[in-house]
Amino acid sequence: MIIKWIYVLPIILFLIALLGVLVKRNLIKIIISLTIMEYATFLFFALIGYRKGGMPPIEVEGVKSTIFVDPLPQALVLTAIVIGLATTSLLVAIAVRIYQKYGTFDIEKIKKLKG
Amino acid sequence: MSEIVRTVSKVFSPLIFLFGMYITIHGHLTPGGGFAGGIILAGAIILGILANGSGETRLLYKKNLSSVSEFSGILLFLVLASLGLVISGMFFFNFIGKGISFTIFSAGIIPLCNIGIAFEVGGAVSTIVLMLILFRKEEK
Amino acid sequence: MILGAIYAIWVPKLVAAIISMGVIGFGLALAFMFLGAPDLAIVQVVVETFSLIILLAAIIKTSPKDTGDEKRPLRFTLYIGSIIFIATFLILFIRISRFLPAFGYPNLRMSADYISSGLSKTGAANLVAAIILNLRGYDTLGEATVLFTAVVGLIVVLRKIGRKK
Repeated sequence: MIIKWIYVLPIILFLIALLGVLVKRNLIKIIISLTIMEYATFLFFALIGYRKGGMPPIEVEGVKSTIFVDPLPQALVLTAIVIGLATTSLLVAIAVRIYQKYGTFDIEKIKKLKG
Repeated sequence: MSEIVRTVSKVFSPLIFLFGMYITIHGHLTPGGGFAGGIILAGAIILGILANGSGETRLLYKKNLSSVSEFSGILLFLVLASLGLVISGMFFFNFIGKGISFTIFSAGIIPLCNIGIAFEVGGAVSTIVLMLILFRKEEK
Repeated sequence: MILGAIYAIWVPKLVAAIISMGVIGFGLALAFMFLGAPDLAIVQVVVETFSLIILLAAIIKTSPKDTGDEKRPLRFTLYIGSIIFIATFLILFIRISRFLPAFGYPNLRMSADYISSGLSKTGAANLVAAIILNLRGYDTLGEATVLFTAVVGLIVVLRKIGRKK
C-alpha cells in the first residue's frame, strides 16, 4: 500500500489542532486551535493544485502557452482566508463578552457558574 | 508611545495607503487584487491608531467613517452587478467591454469590482479593530 | 509547522501561544510562495498580522489574572475518546489517499477551459482575479456578504449596555 506522505502531513496538522479543540480548557487556546485547523485546510488545497514545472497563473505579454499552476483552488482559498479572519474576530468578540460576564476563560468554571 | 514612533507612523501611513491603492488598481495585471489591497488600506489606518494609543483615538474617532466606507464598498459591488442584469439578461454581465490587454483600462468590469471590494474589506477590518480597541470595561 | 502547532497548543502561557501561531502563519505564506501562488501569500501575510492583533487585543482588554491553564485532574474518558476518534480518522484518510492524483500532476478537468480561454474571454492577465470576479462572481458576492454580516454581528455583541439618561 503506497502512502502519499505529502498529502498526509496537512491532515496530521489538522488532527493535532482538532485534538486541541476537544481537550483544552482555556477559551483562547480553543480559538487558536480552530485557526490552525483552517490553516491546515488551506495548505491541503494549495498542495492539490500544484503542477510540476508550472508558473504562477499570471499571463505575461508576448509569451504564449506556458504551463500554469491550477488557478481554481487558489481562487477558493483566497475567499476562504478572508472568511477565516471574519470568523476569528467574531469568536474573539464573544470571548471578551464571556469574560466580562463570568470573570474567567475556563470552560469548566463557566459551565458551573451559569450566571 | 514615544515621539519617534508617532512621527515615523505619520510618515509611513500615507505611503502604505498609496501602496494599497496601487495593488488594488493593478489587480488584473499583477498578483494582488481587491482583497490584498483592501487589507493593506486597513493596515495604514491601524498603524495610526496603534501608534497614538487608545486615549487619543477615543477623542479623534468621529462619526463612524469606517462603517460608512464598508457600506459604500459593498453597495458599489452590488450596483455594478445589477447594472449587468439591467443591460442584458444575465447577472454580472461584463458590459464595459474588453480593452487592449495588459493595460490598466482593460478587462471590463473587473477593476471597478476590485475597487469596490477594497473599500469593503478595508472598512470591515478597520471597523473590527476599532471596536475591539475602543471597548471599555463596563459595569452593568 | 507541526512542531509549531504542538508547541502552540500545549504551552502554558497565552502570549507564547499567540506568537507561535504567528510563526505558523508565516510558514504557511512561505509554502504558498513555493507552490506558485503569490496572491495567496500576500493575503495570508496581512491577514495573519491582523489575526495576531485581534487576539492580543482580547488578552489586553480583559487582563485575566491567570494567563494560562492551571493544574487540573486529567479527564481520562475525554482524552481516550478523542484519541480513538483521531486515530480512526487518520487510518481512513490513509486508505483514501490512494485515489488522490499524484503530487504535481493535478486533474485539470475543470480548469482547462479557464486556463486556455481566460485571457480572451475576460481580457485580464491575472487568471485568479478573472476567476473570482468574472467567471465565478457569485462566490465573491457570498464572501462579501459573510464578511459584512460578521462585522454587523461583532458590533451588536460589543455594544455598550445602558441607556442615556
